[in-house]
Amino acid sequence: MKQTEILVICTHQEILNTIVRLINSNSELHGIGANTLEQAITLFKATAFDMVLVGAGLAENEETELAGVVNKLSLAVPVVHHYGGGSGLLFAEIYQCLGKR
Amino acid sequence: MGQTILHKADTRGAADHGWLKSHQTFSFGMHYNPERIQFGALRVLNDDRVTGGGGFGEHPHDNMEIISIPLRGSLQHEDSMDNIAVIEPGEIQVMSAGTGIYHKEFNKSKITTVEFLQIWLFPNQRNVEPRYQQISYEALMKPNAFTQILSPDQHDQGVWIYQNAWFNIGKFEAGNKIDYKLKNKENGLYVFIIEGDALVNDQILNTRDGYGLWETDLVSITSTTVSEILLMEVPMNL
Repeated sequence: MKQTEILVICTHQEILNTIVRLINSNSELHGIGANTLEQAITLFKATAFDMVLVGAGLAENEETELAGVVNKLSLAVPVVHHYGGGSGLLFAEIYQCLGKR
Repeated sequence: MGQTILHKADTRGAADHGWLKSHQTFSFGMHYNPERIQFGALRVLNDDRVTGGGGFGEHPHDNMEIISIPLRGSLQHEDSMDNIAVIEPGEIQVMSAGTGIYHKEFNKSKITTVEFLQIWLFPNQRNVEPRYQQISYEALMKPNAFTQILSPDQHDQGVWIYQNAWFNIGKFEAGNKIDYKLKNKENGLYVFIIEGDALVNDQILNTRDGYGLWETDLVSITSTTVSEILLMEVPMNL
């Protein structure tokens, strides 16, 4: 079964590590983390992601720039905000985004 | 004519981790119900019971307004902003997680269970500087009336958060009718019955039921037994 590939961006390294670890604890999902806009864009250009999860720390203009790059390269890939910084909302955000239960 | 949504207590998600028993009005953790994601800015309403000596180890939060209201027992809190506090019934605690914080919270008692409501609201600003606040509202309360315990204004009564939300709590004897006028017509009101029974407009509610109302500016609440009720006015459009 193909895993859902998720790019996670968060400038708080410990929170980023937590989110990626939680995603990778689910066998249906695979998460890769970036802690800067530049790193996120580089990763996005190199890998076929199914969704982009934007955590804390990017400035508003950086979030806009990231969404623009994703849109330009792959219109079908959703970019969604992550709230809460942990497991509480994470899976609901992913499932809601991917439209599956 | 306003709109409503009813969440009966026994339709909530349930998690039992031994040390933690949680009932979740909205999707949380491994409990996912696409029909139960949020009520406007109100995203989490967890009714948690932590056994003596138990607690949540250190874990992160970001970009969320996190409110705790103890109902029974004492909850010890420690966070990465060097706050160490105990919160008890009659108090409310808020953390604006913003760019990120770590905290842990555990039952201060090794013996008795602590019960508390854990409520998360989406913030109206992302990436704010994290902050912590705790107040006692016990002395402000009057019999058979609602008391404001949370607002968006740091100069107003209660704790404040980064969201245009207002919380009120009240303890009532049977047969008291209160009309709640919403501060903002774009907001909705989520009524949570902590204990007892009440009539909200024409809807009968029992302990731990939740009832959301929006596209209305006035809500009538009548206690039909001795009751404790929490009102959460929140924006419906984010």
